[in-house]
Amino acid sequence: MAHEQQDAANTGAYLIRGAAILGGAAEDLLIRDGIIAERGRDLAADGATVIEAAGLVALPGMVDVHTHLREPGREDAETVETGTRAAALGGFTAVHAMANSTPVADTAGVVEQVHSLGRAAGWVDVRPVGAVTVGLAGEQLAELGAMADSRAQVRMFSDDGICVHDPVLMRRALEYVKAFDGVVAQHAQEPRLTAGAQMNEGEVSAVLGLTGWPAVAEESIIARDVLLAQHVGSRLHVCHVSTAGSVEIIRWAKGRGINVTAEVTPHHLLLTDELVRSYDPVYKVNPPLRTNADVEALRAALADGTIDVVGTDHAPHPSEHKECEWAQAAMGMTGLETALSVVQHAMIETGLMTWADFARATSTAPAGIGRLADQGRPLEEGEPANIILVDPAARWTVDPSAMATMGRNSPFRGMELPGKVVATFFKGHPTVLDGKLNTPYRYPAEAQAAGTAGAN
Amino acid sequence: MKHLLSTENLSLANAIRILDTAEEMAAVGDREVKKLPALRGRTVVNLFFEDSTRTRISFEAAAKRLSADVINFAAKGSSVSKGESLKDTAQTLSAMGADAVVIRHWASGAPHRLAATDWIDAAVINAGDGTHEHPTQALLDAFTMRRHWSKLAGLSSTGADLKGMRVAIAGDVLHSRVARSNVWLLRTLGADVTLVAPPTLLPIGVESWPCRVSYNMDETLEKGVDAVMMLRVQGERMNASFFPSTREYSRRWGFDDTRLRALDSLGLKDTIIMHPGPMNRGLEISAAAADSPRSTVLAQVRNGVSVRMAALYLLLSGDTREPAATPAATPDAAYSNAAYSTKESH
Repeated sequence: MAHEQQDAANTGAYLIRGAAILGGAAEDLLIRDGIIAERGRDLAADGATVIEAAGLVALPGMVDVHTHLREPGREDAETVETGTRAAALGGFTAVHAMANSTPVADTAGVVEQVHSLGRAAGWVDVRPVGAVTVGLAGEQLAELGAMADSRAQVRMFSDDGICVHDPVLMRRALEYVKAFDGVVAQHAQEPRLTAGAQMNEGEVSAVLGLTGWPAVAEESIIARDVLLAQHVGSRLHVCHVSTAGSVEIIRWAKGRGINVTAEVTPHHLLLTDELVRSYDPVYKVNPPLRTNADVEALRAALADGTIDVVGTDHAPHPSEHKECEWAQAAMGMTGLETALSVVQHAMIETGLMTWADFARATSTAPAGIGRLADQGRPLEEGEPANIILVDPAARWTVDPSAMATMGRNSPFRGMELPGKVVATFFKGHPTVLDGKLNTPYRYPAEAQAAGTAGAN
Repeated sequence: MKHLLSTENLSLANAIRILDTAEEMAAVGDREVKKLPALRGRTVVNLFFEDSTRTRISFEAAAKRLSADVINFAAKGSSVSKGESLKDTAQTLSAMGADAVVIRHWASGAPHRLAATDWIDAAVINAGDGTHEHPTQALLDAFTMRRHWSKLAGLSSTGADLKGMRVAIAGDVLHSRVARSNVWLLRTLGADVTLVAPPTLLPIGVESWPCRVSYNMDETLEKGVDAVMMLRVQGERMNASFFPSTREYSRRWGFDDTRLRALDSLGLKDTIIMHPGPMNRGLEISAAAADSPRSTVLAQVRNGVSVRMAALYLLLSGDTREPAATPAATPDAAYSNAAYSTKESH
């Protein structure tokens, strides 16, 4: 019985009728057996469940290169289950789970655990990120090869939250991951220049008396790293770029043919350090919110491709870590359920990007960076059916208490934002329908196990 | 005014009102019975997350002279691991019926958190938060300057501002809440402010402040100055390379005996020397300067009580009431402002 249900859930056929593909002309998409069986006009339903999608935009499922799922270790902040529910609702079909869990994801065992939890949850593809150094301590390389060879097939490595600041260690990491087509995702933050730093260093920090976090602390590391990447011929990814100066360095590096990619968070595309005047720790984040000039530069860079991808840096925290003094508060903001809307607001409604550009920055490019073969694909016949339907005309007011993530630390709380994810198809299965969670995808092996368990 | 959190957003009208009320409160301090019944039955909590005996006893004296009940809460734990959160502490005080919370905290913005959240409904007075602000210190400094400035002009200080007064604030501006609060309040009162400091001890972004910046103490004095406010500098700052040595700091930016003599030779006979205390004698200020007739250090301490009485009175008695000049609060309503001015001989 259970077996039949699972099969029905996974192999159902869906006809998406009249969706604007990447914001272009309206067409139909027939989904069957996890793939796009047909794309065209006036397709026959042929028994498939029909989803009327007039006025909706069809996009490839979003891929987050930067998510904190907190499990194992801080299940009071988020679990793989709750975080991936939030991801599905936000329009994601894959997330990269950052390594700063407890224990740190620095061994094959931990990344396989996270990977398995992701498969058991079944809401999105969970791709563990491996730590670069043992315990994120910045002293000794973690067993990168073992993580790459594990069932989790790790390709992205990062000490995110902590910068690999030792130049020799960074050089070795960049070189080593070439052996398995890996990428080092650097959290660019010179530690000595940011000791005790609380917010962007500038006019606002001067008035507030909060220790400044200079832009140069980020830019100097990026400058060093792109030169290292060039020297050893490796692939570098720069996490959450936050300053106009960083953009210039990355633009220069790309111009020289250096193999560097970069990411920007939705919050850095919209918010500035002016918000810190409230001393409300919901605005405390690493890297910090910067100035309006930085926001403008980041938007321009995302539009022209200097910055390749949007990464949420979704960082849920229990409320007690934010209901305190600014200096005591944890850094980080939730982002999975607001990313699409914030990017639509900051990039599409400003005319800087089209939905096709959005698909590149939130799906195609991040899938490429993470080497996810079945994500970020074109919406064409025969391709994996990782698809989202978005209502671009919708308007909604952000209410953190109504979110699927356990984190209530959304800096967008109370804001009215455009765009709503109406449906998310993950491997052809609707994890989200009518803007609400549906059911998770069941992997064949797990489905069989569930069936067996039911039979017993 | 529900809270007193900073001088940055303090209007000229409110600043003058606090200073004028403080003048009235000062009169109480001159009487045999230094006590008013204004806040009888009200509870003021001194919530100190950082040691500061001077500020605490100043607020304590102020509250007691207004007949308030005072609770001193020394919540010294400096990290979240050491105990109760600010939220729980605030809710505890709220449950005990605190009407005002005077908070000193090592974290910038902590008083703003108390005021902005629903953790507690009491009036919040910032008694110094991190490297952000110390509004009552700036008010007592302004009060001291205003008496001096008015006296020179032969006018009553009540209702007066500081237009035209040249004030130099010298020292560790970067880490100073006193400097910040003074810059904003002195701007509001119309004074002309110059910050004097090594470039390492000025915040990035200071160029947008409503003041001039100088790296040279002697030049600043030569241009003429009516008040020099020396900020406390921590000798340990040299360990983080803010300056090479305490001796070099003292030579270049301290108010030493040579500069004290320079005031005379420059003809600046009415220039006062201020310090918020506690002083590092021999570092930012020489003993001779600290003890000279120009020094207002003790007047500042005395005025601190009056200014804090005014702040507590205005916050707890409500905006709608007239400032302390009610017959009930000051029976000797026929006070003379000239009487105050003569009290401050320096």
